[in-house]
Amino acid sequence: MAQKEKIRKDIRDFITKSFLTGDENENLSDSDSFMKEGIIDSTGVLELVSFLEKQYGFAVKDDEMTPGNLDSIDNLVIFISGKLG
Amino acid sequence: MNFNKDSLKIDAGRVAEELARSVRTQIRSKLRKTGAVVGISGGLDSSVVAALCVKALGPKRVVGIMMPEEDSSPDSQKLAQDLADRLGIETVVENITPGLEGLKCYSRRDEAIRQIFPEYDSTYKNKITISTNILEDETFNFFNLTIESPGGEEKTMRMPVSAYLQIVAASNLKQRLRMTMLYYHAEKRNYAVAGTGNKDEHEQGFFVKYGDGGADLKPIAHLFKMQVFQLAEELSVGHDIIGRIPTTDTYSAGSTQEEFFFGLDFFRMDMLWYAMENKVSSAEAAAVLGLTPHQVERGYANIQRKIDATEYLRMYPLEIE
Repeated sequence: MAQKEKIRKDIRDFITKSFLTGDENENLSDSDSFMKEGIIDSTGVLELVSFLEKQYGFAVKDDEMTPGNLDSIDNLVIFISGKLG
Repeated sequence: MNFNKDSLKIDAGRVAEELARSVRTQIRSKLRKTGAVVGISGGLDSSVVAALCVKALGPKRVVGIMMPEEDSSPDSQKLAQDLADRLGIETVVENITPGLEGLKCYSRRDEAIRQIFPEYDSTYKNKITISTNILEDETFNFFNLTIESPGGEEKTMRMPVSAYLQIVAASNLKQRLRMTMLYYHAEKRNYAVAGTGNKDEHEQGFFVKYGDGGADLKPIAHLFKMQVFQLAEELSVGHDIIGRIPTTDTYSAGSTQEEFFFGLDFFRMDMLWYAMENKVSSAEAAAVLGLTPHQVERGYANIQRKIDATEYLRMYPLEIE
């Protein structure tokens, strides 16, 4: 549980620093879709994946680059936890 | 509405007449210019725009500018010259390779490519492609880099963001230098620059802001690529041009527009887009296109994502309100 909460915080910090201003951060819930909210585009996805690979030391495969894995803070927490085993 | 395989059919003769009339009015009355300069590449869109300008203004008031550089296909200049000869227009050839070398376009691009493939040098070819299977997989749009060795061996990798941004920024110097040359030739004649982007490129953001997106008028920016094909037949631009596979003509390994950006063939993409714009249900569109409703929905979502993500390309510089 502690690991998941740490991942959640790391992800929110990264998204905030890279894509949001302070006001938007307050309004972003953990289940909001990055795509639907207009937070991440194709360049943003590459930035996010570069961050994940560097931060957690695993490779994100092409077929893992799906909204189901990457499109919200909740989805990312599940995806990263699964990859870290 | 009645959605069927002919939904993108236009009355090409009537459309050509209307567009020629609009081009004439825009150039003479709105822009107050006396002719048109068109960058001609031997591709479908620029050929149609050149032919439309000739229909609107006559051949003596249209100039075709060819701007090859070291990664251009050798066919491009020949096809463009053949078209210009058929249209009876003046042409100018501007080799932009020295200008691009001055801007360090190639060395900046190659430096970024070597971040991914350290063995890459000037004997290799390169291209960028978009992730495929847009109708099959619900994946984000992302870009791969492919290099081709002198022996023909290909290697492909997804690009890290820093390399991707640098390769695109360096390659965009090509379109921006071409725009600069077009305005040189237009201004010295008091002509307008006619842009050559179609609806697929304009609205999905497949153009370079202030590059090929920089023009005084955009006569085919509202037409689907499938409709531009029909205009090309009407305007007799030549079957060597109509039958050519649309490419970016930007990357040395020859990247088609489908693999570089759109990820779908033009017929299915344009039909899906038309259906989406006209609120055709996914079930009805699927039946016409031989797809599943789920594939149609993925296609709709992919097109909409590109439109949304590239909105800034179509914006004028923002002023404080």
